[in-house]
Amino acid sequence: MIQLILFNVTNGLMIGAFYVLMALGLSLILNLSNVINFAHGNFLALGAYMAFMLTPVVGFWGALLISPVLTALVGVLVELLMRFVYRRDPVYSLLLTFGLAFVMQDAARWWWGPNPLQIDMPEVLKAPLSPDFFFITWYRVFMVTIVVATVIGVFAFLRYTRLGLRIRAGTLDLDTVSALGVNVRLLRTLNFAVGCLLAGLSGVLATGQIGLNPNMGDDLLMPSFIAIIVGGVGSLTGTLFGGLLIGVAAAVTAAIYPAASEVVIFILMLLVLLIRPRGLMGEEGMLS
Amino acid sequence: MTATVITAERQPAQRRWLPRAGIWLALLTAPLWLPLLGGYTALAGKVLVFGLAAMGLNLLLGFTGVLSFGHAAYFGLGAYGAGLMLKYVVPSTPLAMLAGTLLGGLAGTLFGVLIVRRRGVYFAMCTIAFGQIFYYIAYSWNEFTGGFDGLRGFHREPIGFGALTLDITDGTRFYYFSLVVFAAAAALMGLLIDSPFGRTLRAIRENERRARFLGIPVERHIWLSFSISCFFTALAGTLYALLNNFADPLALHYSLSGYFVIMAVMGGMRSFWGPLLGAAMFVVVQDYISSMTVNWMSFVGLMFMLVVLFFPRGLLGMLRRRGSA
Repeated sequence: MIQLILFNVTNGLMIGAFYVLMALGLSLILNLSNVINFAHGNFLALGAYMAFMLTPVVGFWGALLISPVLTALVGVLVELLMRFVYRRDPVYSLLLTFGLAFVMQDAARWWWGPNPLQIDMPEVLKAPLSPDFFFITWYRVFMVTIVVATVIGVFAFLRYTRLGLRIRAGTLDLDTVSALGVNVRLLRTLNFAVGCLLAGLSGVLATGQIGLNPNMGDDLLMPSFIAIIVGGVGSLTGTLFGGLLIGVAAAVTAAIYPAASEVVIFILMLLVLLIRPRGLMGEEGMLS
Repeated sequence: MTATVITAERQPAQRRWLPRAGIWLALLTAPLWLPLLGGYTALAGKVLVFGLAAMGLNLLLGFTGVLSFGHAAYFGLGAYGAGLMLKYVVPSTPLAMLAGTLLGGLAGTLFGVLIVRRRGVYFAMCTIAFGQIFYYIAYSWNEFTGGFDGLRGFHREPIGFGALTLDITDGTRFYYFSLVVFAAAAALMGLLIDSPFGRTLRAIRENERRARFLGIPVERHIWLSFSISCFFTALAGTLYALLNNFADPLALHYSLSGYFVIMAVMGGMRSFWGPLLGAAMFVVVQDYISSMTVNWMSFVGLMFMLVVLFFPRGLLGMLRRRGSA
């Protein structure tokens, strides 16, 4: 019994960890640039495929470090394109990232083929912790460690660095930040890059969990949106808890009644919005 | 600003009816000339259906200035509502259309209550997330909706008017039936847009704060606009199900919402007929490209990006600007 509960909660936290990484990146971009990045799932896939190409050369550990950075660099290029639409109606930025998502997904399918691929994991990561808890492999422990470290890192970055401070200030009032002499264009670019870095990192981590395929990020995109809505737009802490909450909710439902596991996160969102329209930790007036 | 709005709306009578007559003539004769150009009647039907959906969306997007990226949900609900009615309840086309329209429209009305308090991208994000609910329901409820394979096992039925029977099982006849429905819906939309209600919506679009200060209940108007546009989109969805004798989960997916938005933008979202033209362009291009290459996604995606970067006002927007300049 205890094993079953543990199994589902671990699964939930595991999935939730992906949601959190994805949603944090999306949320950073949404808060500062007011853009919903539909292509975020494709940045995740990009990170994963880069890791696939890099692993034979620099090993898995090297790929884990390098491919998120490369993904962030691609993000910088994409952000240059986004500059054309910041000042326009949100419909244009949405359509732009939507089109980009199509192009990136098709490019991945064309380049690496439609079939799932596998990455060579170090042997250490494949082994389970103990025979009793067969479902907790070292990979999962390692993954959760990385996610926790990354989340702490992101929050520390926003809290204690000058750049982080500017990003937070820009989230509240970009015009004033600009008037104070901060290069807002650069700020947006760097912020977009950080968001893509997180997506790339979750892509590398996802290779061991859900495998590589051209639309591997698609299934994570919608839950990430919901994590942001449930947590409340404008609050990264909210996004964090939102991601974990819907991850656990989905996993527990999957254990009890598998058919409803995808619908349950939407029901959760409906309930939250009914009771608290701004989301769990959202700020009133944010983005409205 | 106000001056341009007035000139745009009060064009000389001649310039107003000529394009309209052209559109109706093209629609009426489509089954005659389309095969000559290598098309087929179902393609024209698709243009009508998507055009109606995009025009419904445009009530919200172009005339109220509020972005929904989740209208596929109400379109798909219309399709499923019609299909389920035909399959499980009564084999009657009008009742199926009524059921589908009510299902999609009422779902939109209910969800609208929760969504309308948001603005801008957050509104769009909520519409996407809410819309996907139905996709997952249709996807996982295998026994009832046919799951991933879609809902089959129904087909459009002849419509009986007392002694007369209208047989719409034939493709061309169904096209004309759709055209009648489309015309009725378009007339209704036109009346709505020219009514005081429609002008209030445009006032909200131009300056929400000023509209609020004038005492206009902005939330209620946006909610009504959302609800009405969902009803029109759902009506289009019922026609879609009847056209294909099939309803699939992809009709509920947010990608289709994106298609509706690009149709409206590509044709010109500030004009009444823009979405129809956009739908015609989109359907033809997509049909052509997907018959030519497996990489159609790249082309459609590039089309999105090019329209956003270079033709943000859409076809009619550009023509109108050139005409007034």
